[in-house]
Amino acid sequence: MRIQSHPILTFPREKKITFLFDGKKITGFKEDSIASAIHATGISTFSHSLRYNRPRGFFCGIGKCSSCLMQVNGIPNVRTCITPIHEGMTVQTQKQTGSHPTAPFKPTTKKKRHIHIAIVGAGPAGLSAGMEAAKQGAHVLLVDENPRLGGQLIKQTHRFFGSKEEQAGTRGIYIAEELYHQINHTKKIDLLLNTTVIGYYKQKNTHTLIALKRLKSGEELFEIHCDKIIFACGARENMLSFPGNDLPGVYGAGGVQTLMNVYGIKPGSTVLMVGAGNVGLIVSYQLLQAGVHVCRVVEALPTIGGYHVHAAKVRRCNIPIYTSMSIKEAVGTEKVTGAVTMRLTKDLCPVKNSEETISCDTICLAVGLTPSTELLMQTGAQMTYLSLAGGYVAVHNQDMETTQGGIYVAGDLANIEEASTAMLEGKIAGLAAVRSLGYRETVDEKLAECCKRLEGLRQGSFGKFPREAKRQIQKEWSK
Amino acid sequence: MEYEKTGVLECSDLDLPSPEALKRGVAVSECIQDIPCNPCVDACPFQAIKMKNLTDIPRIDYDTCTGCGKCVEVCPGLALFVIKIGDSQSQVTFPYEFLPLPRRGDSVHVLDRWGKVRGEGKVARVKKINGGALITVEVEKDLAMEVRNIGII
Repeated sequence: MRIQSHPILTFPREKKITFLFDGKKITGFKEDSIASAIHATGISTFSHSLRYNRPRGFFCGIGKCSSCLMQVNGIPNVRTCITPIHEGMTVQTQKQTGSHPTAPFKPTTKKKRHIHIAIVGAGPAGLSAGMEAAKQGAHVLLVDENPRLGGQLIKQTHRFFGSKEEQAGTRGIYIAEELYHQINHTKKIDLLLNTTVIGYYKQKNTHTLIALKRLKSGEELFEIHCDKIIFACGARENMLSFPGNDLPGVYGAGGVQTLMNVYGIKPGSTVLMVGAGNVGLIVSYQLLQAGVHVCRVVEALPTIGGYHVHAAKVRRCNIPIYTSMSIKEAVGTEKVTGAVTMRLTKDLCPVKNSEETISCDTICLAVGLTPSTELLMQTGAQMTYLSLAGGYVAVHNQDMETTQGGIYVAGDLANIEEASTAMLEGKIAGLAAVRSLGYRETVDEKLAECCKRLEGLRQGSFGKFPREAKRQIQKEWSK
Repeated sequence: MEYEKTGVLECSDLDLPSPEALKRGVAVSECIQDIPCNPCVDACPFQAIKMKNLTDIPRIDYDTCTGCGKCVEVCPGLALFVIKIGDSQSQVTFPYEFLPLPRRGDSVHVLDRWGKVRGEGKVARVKKINGGALITVEVEKDLAMEVRNIGII
């Protein structure tokens, strides 16, 4: 299941680590998460559903679903996809909600941190916000629940679109590397990785975040007091409703990308891709690069939603794309062994007798994303439901500030878009937060430039939906 | 448009160079949508690719283009090719991001925009770039506007 050679990526795999999974020894590499190391051995069932005890497998790979919850060193409900492996750790699949920890509870003292700007999420938006704010002299704390910086940039092996200023022509993975480099050379930025923000409290003039850092042994609790917060928590993948959609072997397209491009593991050998937007097309191409066969790409709408250039890359590799077609059901009992596709009318109604059964071991869902706004909602910032934006988003102004003063948003959490616009929104939020702290020099000019570039990226027919979503958000703000 | 359903362009969707330009060897763009992207404009050493706005479709000045392939190297959409149509054989240069890479002199399958095998060709040049390579393949003269990929034999 491990990718042995790849045209773009190299996987170090220098240090082996062995741990116990359901009593058996499993050996992975230092870079593995628990879930990736288990998946690499060919195990597909990670948990069971609470009511019907149905098997569940790897789905999102970034800690946003519950498919991979396991008992780790006695602690139940650990998201194994974002937990690094350690020598000798004990991992067990759990029955339903798991059993109470057997280890005695060790009270920990809260570590207090005082900071100008806290940023939740260190993906393209959060990193750009942090860099921009730190450059102006603010002291920044970046918090992210993953073991690595970079959010979803670390799996983007394709070259980015845009202009020179957005590093167009550079692969996302290299943009991520450049951002790490900058962050590591900035004394004004502190990092808390493997750390989940679990609560928000409003104080008189400041904001407080409570965060939990996962260590090799136990946890550390943080109380973060800050003047401004930027929420850049990204998004989670959408599920599609069809019989068997919870079977192991049904993955989110982002989950597949994480598994392949971060951990170097193939999801399976034959993939049905559902969705021909940019994500579905890009991941299909990346599957081919990893040596995985894509049997077909199906798209419910009558036309391909993603850029033609991405579709063309897949087509010239002899991969068919069928529009007006979707998945009817997944085939398999313990895991996916096939799928039934069906044709759709232009009103998305199934066409009778159009079913085709195809053989595949992986079904990849690229059917959109939903902003991860759960934590942001705790701040009381006004939210609005916009299907164009992917779900509930915070009402915000041009400076990315929400209706709660001092709380900013950026990236997919503020409207499902893409990495280049996320980086610009991050810069805008970072600069605006710094300006409100009183650092005024040159900030206005920079802000205006970022807004102009953002507008540039949203031109054209593909920018129509984000333009409209942002227009509606602005309209709510004006009310 | 048919390509919005199939993901495959027809030559009639494209703005093609003159036969004289193709004889010399020039870049051919299959970037036909108004996506916000312009690295090809910056990459061209001869300023032969023009674009006013970021979402404009790149227009190639075939009189200025030398067919050097710099734009092919940077295009994020892998949508630029260098085509040179000779008397009996033609050359197609395109980015290739798969392993194994072919070697110069290898015989390979030549594939069209549908991914269908259209015959065999000979690899004339392999230039490694950051993640993959630019491949130049020699094909039958009439296949120059059809062949867009190779398959390793």
